[in-house]
Amino acid sequence: MIDSTYILLQQYWWFIISLLGALLVFLLFVQGGQTLIYTIGKTEIERKMLVNALGRKWEYTFTTLVTFGGAFFASFPLFYSTSFGGAYWVWMAILFCFIIQAISYEYRSKPNNFLGQRTYETFLFINGLLGTILLGTAVATFFTGSQFSVEKMNLTNIANPIISSWETPWHGLEAALNVHNLTLGLAVFFLARILGLLYFMNYINDEAILARAKKNLLYNAIPFLVFFLTFTVWLLLRDGFAVNPDTKEVFMQPYKYLHNLIEMPLVLITFLAGVVLVLLGIGRSLFTSCTKGIWFTGAGTILTVLSLFLIAGYNNTAYYPSTFNLQHSLTIFNSSSSKFTLSVMSIVSILIPFVATYIWFAWRAITRKKIDAEEMGTESHTY
Amino acid sequence: MTEYLDVVDWSRAQFALTAMYHWLFVPLTLGLAFIMAFMETIYVRTGNEEWKRITKFWQTLFGVNFAIGVATGLILEFEFGTNWSNYSWFVGDIFGAPLAIEGIMAFFMESTFIAVMFFGWNKVSKKFHLASTWLVALGANLSALWILVANAWMQYPAGMHFNPDTARNEMHNFWDVLFSPVAINKFLHTISSGYVLAAIFVIGVSAWYLLKKREIQLAKRSIVIAAVFGLISALFLAFTGDGSAYQVAQKQPMKLAAMEGLYEGQEGTGLVVIGALTPNKKFDDEKDPFIFKIEIPKLLSFLGYRNFDAFVPGVNDLINGGYTYTDAQGNEQIALSAEQKIARGKIAIKALGDYNEASDAGDTEQMKYYRSILEENFLYFGYGYLNDPSSIIPNIPLTFYSFRVMVGLGFLFIAFFAFIIFLAFKQKLQNAKWVLWTSVFMIPLVYLASQAGWIVAEVGRQPWVIQDILPTMAAVSRIDASAVQITFVLFAVIFTALLIAEIKIMIKQIKIGPKDGGK
Repeated sequence: MIDSTYILLQQYWWFIISLLGALLVFLLFVQGGQTLIYTIGKTEIERKMLVNALGRKWEYTFTTLVTFGGAFFASFPLFYSTSFGGAYWVWMAILFCFIIQAISYEYRSKPNNFLGQRTYETFLFINGLLGTILLGTAVATFFTGSQFSVEKMNLTNIANPIISSWETPWHGLEAALNVHNLTLGLAVFFLARILGLLYFMNYINDEAILARAKKNLLYNAIPFLVFFLTFTVWLLLRDGFAVNPDTKEVFMQPYKYLHNLIEMPLVLITFLAGVVLVLLGIGRSLFTSCTKGIWFTGAGTILTVLSLFLIAGYNNTAYYPSTFNLQHSLTIFNSSSSKFTLSVMSIVSILIPFVATYIWFAWRAITRKKIDAEEMGTESHTY
Repeated sequence: MTEYLDVVDWSRAQFALTAMYHWLFVPLTLGLAFIMAFMETIYVRTGNEEWKRITKFWQTLFGVNFAIGVATGLILEFEFGTNWSNYSWFVGDIFGAPLAIEGIMAFFMESTFIAVMFFGWNKVSKKFHLASTWLVALGANLSALWILVANAWMQYPAGMHFNPDTARNEMHNFWDVLFSPVAINKFLHTISSGYVLAAIFVIGVSAWYLLKKREIQLAKRSIVIAAVFGLISALFLAFTGDGSAYQVAQKQPMKLAAMEGLYEGQEGTGLVVIGALTPNKKFDDEKDPFIFKIEIPKLLSFLGYRNFDAFVPGVNDLINGGYTYTDAQGNEQIALSAEQKIARGKIAIKALGDYNEASDAGDTEQMKYYRSILEENFLYFGYGYLNDPSSIIPNIPLTFYSFRVMVGLGFLFIAFFAFIIFLAFKQKLQNAKWVLWTSVFMIPLVYLASQAGWIVAEVGRQPWVIQDILPTMAAVSRIDASAVQITFVLFAVIFTALLIAEIKIMIKQIKIGPKDGGK
């Protein structure tokens, strides 16, 4: 018997996860910016402005990451148990990148801070470099697959009752060394840097920073486009992990992701609009005196990433494919929480627009006036 | 097999390490947020700039402490997946929801308004700023609510049933999860412990200023606010502590036996006030459990069952069974022995396998049959993974002594707050040097009490991740012990380095004082 409400809930929650993922990638502008502090900031006061501009936003990225994890756990627990426990090293590396970020802003300029200012700045750099690349490669495995197995009846094996197993001793390192995954990782890295630069241009009132940011925008836009186009072309041409809706059998289908875009025109429009906006934001910032590029490129990033997540999970596609045994691949139907739990969570999700509204107002209240050198001297709480 | 058990132990060590570090930072956040909110409220009401300066000073210390709590919290969340993979599937349907709700409801509130609190002094109106400070406090405490609901559910799994088709537990009543008596008690007890910790922190730092004859105004005012807040919280802490012990007696009798070092149960059991346990005591040897003890007669029976003559089962009773108890439905029952429970757990686990085979064969009659066997025995499902009855006993000395440290210090704090309020009221505090020094040294003690509380809660419930349903050893991920060893060491090094940095910065900021706005 097909329970259409349950299917709707599963699709709704895949949408929420996709949206959170998309917002997270946009908010990685903080990480991207962190890798540019010494490239853009040539004097101590310039660097201070850059760090403080980012420091007022880092918690949004962090909180979105935590919420992304929590929401994934609650809605698709089999993904949580299979991927995190299996691809151990990748996820642990990501976690380390984020612990060292969380304290670096607050501790960087405090006297007697034990590790020294440069160490905390290095932490920020590592977080920006590895955090973005690793998150990108982890997401790319949604399209390339991983070697794992899931045997729920292992529970009845008293001596060894573990359900999910990673079938390579690399435990996730193999994902980070896969060229296709890395392409997306590097695309995310350069995109984060672009977003960071656009954020600086919009929020910091300083001629030297503006000029340097503009110059660096070009240097980062070119590799971004190369990696992004490589990944996209390869994605649209590759075989995808399709699910037979009647038998639930997973099989390889040529041009699966291209088909998904064509068969879901709304997603296709979202994807194209996203790409155009990303390019528009970069182009306007490069070739005009516009400093508001972050809004275009930011919105474009959200739309593009959202559509990539949607073609990974919708339209009878396995979003977390197992290359070890295709039939163990995770779909939004076989890995989700129960109908009851998804319903409860859906009621809670009504709060999301409300949360988004107060974030918007608080963000505006703090960011209304641009940061400048003078404020660094008068503000009581600086990093 | 040993390799597998190694993974269990290392995973436990890593989770304990993360949780204990996390809990070094969170309680201060929980309480200090409210203390700052009180202070800022006074500032907004009176317009007195001194109160603003006081608020901003504590806010600086709050900021130094806050970030590291956030960092360790992220790790905890993801460790459920990385190190407790089986757990994440087996109960993710119930456990994941509070975590997600915590993110949506609480974390965003906290992180949004914390930005306004730190950077908004010159950018938003006084009232907006004050509201933000209150919302930070509310957000922090709301996030504590959801994670403690999740923790309480592990100790007392309510509102769920096992679904053999998906091989996991599924939620069927959200309110039973949220409003379980264990959850409510645990939440109130834990947050009030955070308030007590923050109050002592504020008093201790202020006392140091009084000793140095600096910041007299700030110190005196802070002490009064913190001592009143602390006394109310500490009394409430004792009240909820009693509630917690009652819940433990009902739902986790083995934990209670471990907390008390009680091996042979009896009617009208006394409460051990202080005592020394006999080292290397085994549950089935003849040694006296105590080298010495001082106890209050019949009090444990009363605290646990609200009846001075109630029977409190000891470790041996829980292993051997045979005593009479009243179940959740109010019926008298004869307790099973651990061995019987293990046997029934194995029946349940086997029935799950048989059900699945019948399901694959499409045999609905057999499915129904095995399902009924599974359901009849499901209460003991987790016991099926154990082989030795003695494995249901937690580490008794650790639980016993931690419990005494927590409770003893808790009562000391009540007296301490009352005494501080008395001296402050009499205007004698400033010159009572020994009291001021005592106040400074109370800071490490309150951290110790706070950690001891979690040891009682978490060590005392071993071997269960989910009480009676899933033992720790069946909850882990399939990874090499050596992998967890490496991450354990890395976490230990990095957390310790950050802790040292935090303490050094904190001490420096206190020495600098509020003079230049806390910068």
